[in-house]
Amino acid sequence: MDFNWLSTILFLPAAGAIVIALIKGKDEKLYKWLAAVFTAIPLALAIYLFVAFDRTAGGIQFEESYLWISPLNSYYHLGVDGLSLPLMLLTTFLGFLAVLISWKVTSRPREFFAWLLLLETSIIGVFVSLDLLLFFIMWEIEVIPMYFLISVWGSGRKGYSATKYVIYTLLGSAFMLAGILSLYFTTGSLSMVDIANGGLGMVQAAMPAAAIFWLLFIGFAVKLPMFPLHTWLPDAHTDAPTAVSVMLAGVLIKMGGYGMIRLCVSMFPSQAQEYAQILIILALIGIIYGAAVTLMQKDIKRMIAYSSISHMGYVLLGIFALGEVSLTGASLQMFSHGIVTGLLFAMAGLIIHNVEVRDLTKLGGLAKQIPIIMVVFVIAGLASLGLPTTSGFAAEFLVFLGSYTSNVVAHLNVYTIIAIIGVVLTAGYILWMLQQAFHGPVKKEFNKVKDADGLERFYMFALVAVIMLVGIYPAVLTDVFKVGIEPIVKLIGG
Amino acid sequence: MIPYQLVWAIMLLPLGAFIVNGLILRLFVNRKSPVYGYVTIGAIGLAAVFSVWALISVATNSEHLIAVPDVNWISIGTFNFHIGIMMDQLSALMVVVVSVVSLMVQIYSLGYMHHDEAGYYRYYTFMSLFTFSMLGLVLADNLLFTFVFWEMVGLCSYLLIGFWFHKPSAANAAKKAFIVTRLGDFGFLAGILILYFNTHTFDIAQLHSLAVAGVLGGSALTWACIGLFGGAIGKSAQFPLHVWLPDAMEGPTPVSALIHSATMVCAGVFLVARTMPMFVFSPEAIRIVAIIGGFTAIFAATMGLVANDIKRVLAYSTISQIGYMMLGLGAAGWAIAAEINSGALMGSGEEIIIIAKAAVAVGMFHLFTHAFFKSLLFMAAGSVNHATGTFDMRQMGGLRKTMPWTYVTFLIGSLSLAGIWPLAGFWSKDEILATAFTSQPVLFWLAMITVFLTAFYMFRAIFMTFHGEYKGGDPAADKKYAHTHESPWVMVAPLVFLALLAIGVGWWNVTGGFSSFMGHEAEAGHGFMAVFNIFTHTVNGVPLPLISLLIALFGIFAAYVIYIKKWITAKSIGKFFGPVYDVVRDKYYFDELYENVIVKIGLMKGLFTGFKLFDEKGVDGAVNGTAAVVVRGGKAIRQAQTGQLQLYGIFIGIGLVIITVCVLIWGM
Repeated sequence: MDFNWLSTILFLPAAGAIVIALIKGKDEKLYKWLAAVFTAIPLALAIYLFVAFDRTAGGIQFEESYLWISPLNSYYHLGVDGLSLPLMLLTTFLGFLAVLISWKVTSRPREFFAWLLLLETSIIGVFVSLDLLLFFIMWEIEVIPMYFLISVWGSGRKGYSATKYVIYTLLGSAFMLAGILSLYFTTGSLSMVDIANGGLGMVQAAMPAAAIFWLLFIGFAVKLPMFPLHTWLPDAHTDAPTAVSVMLAGVLIKMGGYGMIRLCVSMFPSQAQEYAQILIILALIGIIYGAAVTLMQKDIKRMIAYSSISHMGYVLLGIFALGEVSLTGASLQMFSHGIVTGLLFAMAGLIIHNVEVRDLTKLGGLAKQIPIIMVVFVIAGLASLGLPTTSGFAAEFLVFLGSYTSNVVAHLNVYTIIAIIGVVLTAGYILWMLQQAFHGPVKKEFNKVKDADGLERFYMFALVAVIMLVGIYPAVLTDVFKVGIEPIVKLIGG
Repeated sequence: MIPYQLVWAIMLLPLGAFIVNGLILRLFVNRKSPVYGYVTIGAIGLAAVFSVWALISVATNSEHLIAVPDVNWISIGTFNFHIGIMMDQLSALMVVVVSVVSLMVQIYSLGYMHHDEAGYYRYYTFMSLFTFSMLGLVLADNLLFTFVFWEMVGLCSYLLIGFWFHKPSAANAAKKAFIVTRLGDFGFLAGILILYFNTHTFDIAQLHSLAVAGVLGGSALTWACIGLFGGAIGKSAQFPLHVWLPDAMEGPTPVSALIHSATMVCAGVFLVARTMPMFVFSPEAIRIVAIIGGFTAIFAATMGLVANDIKRVLAYSTISQIGYMMLGLGAAGWAIAAEINSGALMGSGEEIIIIAKAAVAVGMFHLFTHAFFKSLLFMAAGSVNHATGTFDMRQMGGLRKTMPWTYVTFLIGSLSLAGIWPLAGFWSKDEILATAFTSQPVLFWLAMITVFLTAFYMFRAIFMTFHGEYKGGDPAADKKYAHTHESPWVMVAPLVFLALLAIGVGWWNVTGGFSSFMGHEAEAGHGFMAVFNIFTHTVNGVPLPLISLLIALFGIFAAYVIYIKKWITAKSIGKFFGPVYDVVRDKYYFDELYENVIVKIGLMKGLFTGFKLFDEKGVDGAVNGTAAVVVRGGKAIRQAQTGQLQLYGIFIGIGLVIITVCVLIWGM
């Protein structure tokens, strides 16, 4: 408590953004190096906290709490538990790599890196805030850098996609704000910890709990995204610059899953149980339907984007199976999807940058021309289809195991079996994608395509290492996640 | 007694070779260097030595078990998972099969892959990974660990089938193999979940005890077993998921010899054998195993009759022989299941587990002998390809003179496969036929017909390849390929070694040695003369061994008549059977059905296109529609904002009037 670890991690990227915005250097390299430094330090600190986190004590650690707006009873309250700590670590990790991935951005680099760093601060803020007002502010700040990053540095229908993203997100946040206000007027508190522990009975209810549950849920469901609120995602992903796709798929949509666990499940355990059935069915639709639509895509980034919808269905399934194993699996799936899809987008971005083709039917035979990119792409693809020894398998298996053995909903085991069909479809589109891009006869027009350079290899291998580490020894994360999940499961009464 | 650390070493040595080859050596050594091969061969050679040592230890140890401490892997709440090794008779047998065949294949590959443009690096790296995964698969002491390696061998299979990925046919075959087997893995995974849900364990030994104790039973056990068998169907290319294996022949031939004949495709048989004490408590599930096995045996054999590609003949033969193994397991298990049901089988739980585990001897013995003679046949076919550059038997002929070693070893393998006394295949096939004969007459007759078909298609292959007109010579003189010559000794030596095994390994069970190793009570020894006494041996009064031998000889004779003497031509037979011949040649249209009808038309052009349109027009259309309505609505309302004060004044006036009226009416 001597040192404000979380505040430092939270505001360093934002400070970096301000420095980059104010300094005017002649050399573009300066901005990149500044961005790298201002994201590397938070990563190092986050790793330190991850190691220093007391796994036996559990609870909320590295807490900071200062009265912020006294009439509202609002605090500047930060802290991490077993659930949010790995997600914060993931954000700082991908935040740092996103800077490296953007190393070749040439158009208006100063603004680009400033926005990118501000984006990182806002996402970290969502994961470490324990005050609902602070949480909401961080949630909203994220939209601003996203709008500019997509609409200025994007490609294709970037204006349309950026606007769609902003409006869709704001619609979700409108519901969420209404939910947070209702929560505040019902309980008189903005503390996420107090509300979860005290339950809604603290003050007499001004509004039915179910209504608040749904208001909050819709806000998170848009972000996750849950079928049928998902159509902003393929557009935003496809048209965003690579680093932004990485952040978007890697951590931004995890805010939705995190919010569901932290607010919807922890604060409304009985409502969560009541509506689990419908939400699990929507999760199944997301998994199967998402995978089926993915199979129909031709654009490499759009394909990965659609696969996210399917993969986030597993998260939703794991969350609303409401068991300890399933929730841990869902959390692990969020982390795993973050690094795996982050890597897939980074590799797709590299192919689009180096080959200048993004239509899978026009690619082909690249295995011989860009072998390193191929190997990494294949590993990422195998992790995405849930091959054992990659993080994808550990996460999906825990979700399946947890939901199959949960009895929150009748016939949940049958639903789980249906969800496993998604695994077969995933194999279908991943292998098709690999074949289209890399197999087949060598094409002469790609002879001069460059393979990954040193910097690119660095971030590729870093992500591969984490994927394999989590896949071979998932306890490195699950031991932390379960510390955060345990008290939540107790609230559910499981 | 082998120390348990060395049991771990059996599987970790090839892993070491994978890491050294894949990550370290490449930094210093050119990808075409044979050093990669030496590393792999060294590691697997050592693993083979330890495997044999382990087998001997298990055989001589009174408990038939080597205890190996396990390692904690992950624990969440009540879910605890350990990594451990189960070294009993079954796994001891399998590690020997895997490591010995793998060693031979790796040595052979030094010659076969010598001229390959891709070099040794990728090849030996994948081969090491495969051997590690396959050893892990057979050593695992719990089903989750089995499943992990099950998927790993599938990955290696994918990578090695697609080794020459620049060929679209190879890339397609690799993808097909992975997806079709994954369809089966869906069942495996579901089976594991069902078992865990009912027992809270993945541990195989515990599952056995719980099944015997009746804790695990009823429909849950049946569905779990069917799920596991679903995985086996996919991996072992049984009907109806057999379609991937013939295409998998696109991979390098040593890969086919190792993965697609001797080891990985037999993993399904191993899985059923491993969980046999569960299957015997589910008569429905074990019946399915026997029926699918018996049907696949004859079904695949018919397709082997008409294939012209020598590797595809062997591939169909593999599917058919694995069907035999399944039939052997199923028939033996079925008999025990019937005894349990009728209450005839009495005994403690421990005893029943031992009886059930011993029942797998029938199927496993055939797996054991088959691994040697089938990998031999594949490698000999590879040797032919090495010389001629083709797999099409119609372009071969008369090769016995230029390739005598290949010819003799191929002949030995074929005789063994056909079940000719006293070679290995005769003994193992005889066991299956005898078991089927006593319990399942219909399946027995299918198996008997298959004996004929097997002998026929193997000798058809021999006569087309090694006999008849020699077609090599100067390409300028319109010959298909240059003069053929025998392959180098690195390829021939493994052939000779495996040929010796194909002759001799069957004698292990002549006096019931193998059965007693697997747990049957030892029968009285007959000494060496038992090799000859087999023909006086009868089952229910019928001299089965003699009959099956005669049928096999008749199959060879039929091939001789058609392909050497040409008393009847193959063409006229084809004509005689007409449409039947076409159906068999077109593989009963299963590829057509799966790839075109179901996947292309049903899913991609049908359902999934529907989903895509729904997503674009329906879901996203609603989003854009809402936006459009809002924009249009805004435009419409904007008309009211004229900026004319007079108009605003009128609106204010009207509003005031309405308010006044309302207050007057309701306000009082």
